Amino acid sequence: MVSTYHYLFLGAALFTIGVIGVLTRRNIMVILMSIELIMNAVNINLIAFSAHHHHVTGQIFSIFVITVAAAEAAVGLGIVIAMFKNKETMNINEIDIMKW
Amino acid sequence: MLELILFYIFAGIAVVSAILVITQKNIVHSAVFLASTLLSVAGLFLTLHAEFLAGVQVIVYVGGILVLFVFVIMLISLERSAVERQFNRQWTIALIAAAALIAEFAYAIFKGRDSFVLPDQGEPATDAIVGNTQAVGTALFTKFLLPFEIASILLLVAIVGAVILAKRKTQVD
Repeated sequence: MVSTYHYLFLGAALFTIGVIGVLTRRNIMVILMSIELIMNAVNINLIAFSAHHHHVTGQIFSIFVITVAAAEAAVGLGIVIAMFKNKETMNINEIDIMKW
Repeated sequence: MLELILFYIFAGIAVVSAILVITQKNIVHSAVFLASTLLSVAGLFLTLHAEFLAGVQVIVYVGGILVLFVFVIMLISLERSAVERQFNRQWTIALIAAAALIAEFAYAIFKGRDSFVLPDQGEPATDAIVGNTQAVGTALFTKFLLPFEIASILLLVAIVGAVILAKRKTQVD
């Protein structure tokens, strides 16, 4: 029998993998993908609790998380393109024009 | 039993693909493994009886966000990023942060294990009769109408922001 625990562990694992990706990679596209992984982990938790409580509110929250993820991807990729036009790089170590 | 087998299949695919997303050298491979993760998460939503969310996951994430990612990967050149070092020098800090995060999760899940024992409420009457999509739609357009409208404004702002960012004159021009 699958319990809510199983889904919580899976969400925690995906979240941790996403955090490790954000912290260790230098390619900005992979960092954005890791952020999507983190949001998916949150969605798994929300829907697991929605099923746990037999209540639909968790799924509504999950829809809002997906909305925010779509907006974040659009703006983030716009920034990536603008930055690539300026500096011809996707390496975050070379993007330091705002460093004082 | 079938539920458990499905859970382990989908969860295994999701975790293995997620690890491959952050370790692949080629970002196109990363995007493909991200698609695999997102699709197996959609399968997990089906096992949780959230059919509408599974559809939204496939359409919005795989059909929308991931295609956008692949578009941007194709727009920018891959040659340089394929030869340079992919990981930064923060390995030790990242490992410490991840260990702290895992410890925190383990503590929270272990500490809260008793709070998950709810009185059995039985199958919800509404879901059985009207189905998941109708239940989500009813809640979204009655109780959560204002957040829904705010989300639409957020999307509008994101569209305008993305267009302005991508159109702006740069130093190269």
